[in-house]
Amino acid sequence: MCGATTGGLSVEGIDITKESVVQGVVLRGQQPVAGAYVRLLDSGGEFTAEVPTSVTGHFRFFAGPGSWTVRVLAPGAEPVDRSVVARQGAVAELEVAI
Amino acid sequence: MSRSDVLVDADWAEAHLDDPSVVLVEVDEDTSAYDKGHIPGAVRIDWKADLQDSVRRDFVNKAQFEQLLSSRGISNDQTVVLYGGNNNWFAAYAYWYFKLYGHQDVRLLDGGRKKWELDSRTLVTDVRDRQPTTYTAKEQDTSIRAYRDDVLGAIGSLNLVDVRSPDEYAGRLLAPAHLPQEQAQRAGHIPTARSIPWSKAANDDGTFKSDEELTALYADAGVDLSKDTIAYCRIGERSAHTWFALHELLGQSSVRNYDGSWTEYGSLVGVPVQLGDEAGNPEGGNG
Repeated sequence: MCGATTGGLSVEGIDITKESVVQGVVLRGQQPVAGAYVRLLDSGGEFTAEVPTSVTGHFRFFAGPGSWTVRVLAPGAEPVDRSVVARQGAVAELEVAI
Repeated sequence: MSRSDVLVDADWAEAHLDDPSVVLVEVDEDTSAYDKGHIPGAVRIDWKADLQDSVRRDFVNKAQFEQLLSSRGISNDQTVVLYGGNNNWFAAYAYWYFKLYGHQDVRLLDGGRKKWELDSRTLVTDVRDRQPTTYTAKEQDTSIRAYRDDVLGAIGSLNLVDVRSPDEYAGRLLAPAHLPQEQAQRAGHIPTARSIPWSKAANDDGTFKSDEELTALYADAGVDLSKDTIAYCRIGERSAHTWFALHELLGQSSVRNYDGSWTEYGSLVGVPVQLGDEAGNPEGGNG
């Protein structure tokens, strides 16, 4: 993908100091999974956002500081949940295997 | 009106792909999604370029809507089946919009694009040719649309339903978390509005919950369904999803969608705003 960096998405053009980014990649084996659905759930388990993964299997959220759950849905796979802590001014990177 | 008059499942859609009385229409926030693959025969409508006036903040007018549907080859007597990404947010918005302009038979594809993809059903990139039609719209049915003054008048008296995520309601986030958070408007919610996130009306695969579950959801959240209801979110698309659940699935007659939503309300000068997780009193305040 244009602008992609090793290990994650480019943050070019985004003022990271104002954002609490949660991002990552979805893998099946070692292969990135495009078109998986990634949902961000708040500390109460409530839906906050959802994005499909890019052609390189990447996803990104602009969360708030705090604890979040990332849930991945993909064809032919059971849903997978991962916990993550977001901090303002930082990028939390995840690798989610399905 | 029964559920099947307004909501179809993927099997129904697949069985009607070549039915000339049915036209599938994809509406997305990410308008490039259609190019990457769409349901065979589906037409694209761009929720912003096609449905919003390009100069002032409002909908396209009746003549522009007629021109849009005519050019896409959609006729008055066809069944329009809408679907899209984001759990059908923008498809629900378009559904409400088609109803606003009086289209007779419009339905949502339950689960939208996500359910179709999770089922591994066919998507294609080729675009089918359609003959232009002569579409005639009705005047806007404003009984399903709320404006800012309606909303101000509803504080403390009618049902206000905020369908954004709990963190947006409380003012901890300013937009859905797939968007950058730096936004012009103030954070918080309209005082006395109940927080009932749109997502509580849907399953993880994007399909709507049952009528029984939906009825319990709104009753348990303290919505008095004998009163008029106004739903809002950030720009009116998620609240169109809740409008669909209340007005179309549960058959509540007086439900309006406030399409100005938080991007308008949160920018108004002098109106009350409530921060925090509580609905608050009509004067608003900090937590």
